[in-house]
Amino acid sequence: MSDLLFFAFTALTAGGALGVVLNKNAVHAAFCLLLSLLGTAGLFVLLNAYLLAALLILVYAGAVVALFVFVVMLIGMQGGTGKPTGRLATVGAFLAFIALLAGAFVTLTREPLPPPVLANMPPVGAELKLYAYQLFTTYLLPVEVSGFLLLVAMIGVIVLAKKDKPEAKA
Amino acid sequence: MADFYFSLPPLLRGFLQGLAVVLVIFPIAGASSLAERKVSAWIQGRPGPNRAIVPWFAAIPFLGRFLQRLGLFHLAADGGKLLLKEEPLPGHVHKFYYTIAPWLGLIPAFTTITVVPFGAYWDSAMQTMHPLVLANVDIGILAVFAIGSLGVYSVILAGWSSNSKYPFIGSIRASTQLSSYEISMTLAVLPVFMWINSPGSDGSLSLARVVEFQSGTHFLGGLWFVFLMPLSALIFLIALFAETNRLPFDMPESEADLVGGFHTEYGAFKWSLFFVAEYAHMIVGSAVFVVLFLGGWNPLPWVPVASLVHWFHLENLPFVVGLVSIAIFLAKVIFMIFFFMWVRWTLPRFRYDQVMRIGWRRLLPLAIANLIFYIIAIALLT
Repeated sequence: MSDLLFFAFTALTAGGALGVVLNKNAVHAAFCLLLSLLGTAGLFVLLNAYLLAALLILVYAGAVVALFVFVVMLIGMQGGTGKPTGRLATVGAFLAFIALLAGAFVTLTREPLPPPVLANMPPVGAELKLYAYQLFTTYLLPVEVSGFLLLVAMIGVIVLAKKDKPEAKA
Repeated sequence: MADFYFSLPPLLRGFLQGLAVVLVIFPIAGASSLAERKVSAWIQGRPGPNRAIVPWFAAIPFLGRFLQRLGLFHLAADGGKLLLKEEPLPGHVHKFYYTIAPWLGLIPAFTTITVVPFGAYWDSAMQTMHPLVLANVDIGILAVFAIGSLGVYSVILAGWSSNSKYPFIGSIRASTQLSSYEISMTLAVLPVFMWINSPGSDGSLSLARVVEFQSGTHFLGGLWFVFLMPLSALIFLIALFAETNRLPFDMPESEADLVGGFHTEYGAFKWSLFFVAEYAHMIVGSAVFVVLFLGGWNPLPWVPVASLVHWFHLENLPFVVGLVSIAIFLAKVIFMIFFFMWVRWTLPRFRYDQVMRIGWRRLLPLAIANLIFYIIAIALLT
């Protein structure tokens, strides 16, 4: 049962991700991204990491993709042919493809990894209290830095969105 | 009977429970549409729907006439009409998204109800109340917010796939409004969960635990959170109106300036599904509000169901206690749904810029101030 669900969610995640890349229509791509995120959340649930699953859906599926869709609809990006690919992009894509093939080859031919020892891995994502404790002790610096980054981004957006000069009052 | 039920395979039990959710919520949502018509009529001083009657029933003296005046048969008549009439499929729509959009609205509403506790039974061995809930997960409220936030896609997709101007404006409004009010809503419930997670306890966001903290008999333990945190309750309630697209916040629909908003191009059964989804969202939202602020299944502040059990000697009747608690809970939910309708037929709709101003410049600062006040108050108290 669990295996079946695992395959279903993996198919959803990978298929959705492929759909994001291959779709020409931006709205279709955004909804494929949504499917992919839902699949990832399902995988988290199978790992008993309910908190991560809920946060993933709440933040990414519920808010970020909704804003993507909103922007895509507002500026009317509905497919069409993009700019023709430049030579540099073609070479870059070819190199990335070679690297991907090499990576896949190494992964498929190497010795299987030793199974992880469960006792050594605290279930940080599973238990709320443990998760919160880790956030405010071990991972305090990353939390603070990312919070600062978000603050900077927010102020930047406010500055950019404001009109340059207040219009003269008539 | 209970033993037989628990001997079934878990997958079948899950299926039966899911079926029970659909079988309970769908009719309540349908009945809400009739209730809406009756309540609106009552508020506006009209009789409301009072004509439809099955021929044989009309022959019954008194009772037949009474049922006719009550308008009960309008529910069946409406449902029959919506099922049987032709389903139009406009030529200019994106067929796939147009077809799935109404169904997408139902899924989040029916999924969130699984984590909302709706009653409790008396466990005589443990001498405590046990919550009745389909899935008592540790992240309760987060699951509600997470899955509930997916409801926006139904409206967005419906408006976009209709491929015409007014539905499109409606769906744009929906996506901004729903993401704006989600922030205030989340901030408003934080004090509740800070209060129930006192230092040293196992942290939990479970909804059943919130009710547990409102079912004491001493002063602070039995006080419902609506009295302890009135501002949180008010902010949550206002945000709930916005999240369920109910008047005065029904920007996505605004039939006065957008024809019908996101559902302009819809008809027949697909159209009615949007309304079943809206009422299902209202039911879930009301249930969450009752659990968070109105004491869940406890009849009165300082009078938990456990007290009733002792007064009326119901210790050996777990089923009766369960039914009583579910009845109390349902009564509160029905009152909340009535409240939604009451407000709808009392207040006029806001303008779009007013909705944005209220959300960002009034409600959000208020929610943050409220949060800071309770952080300090709870830190001083514990």
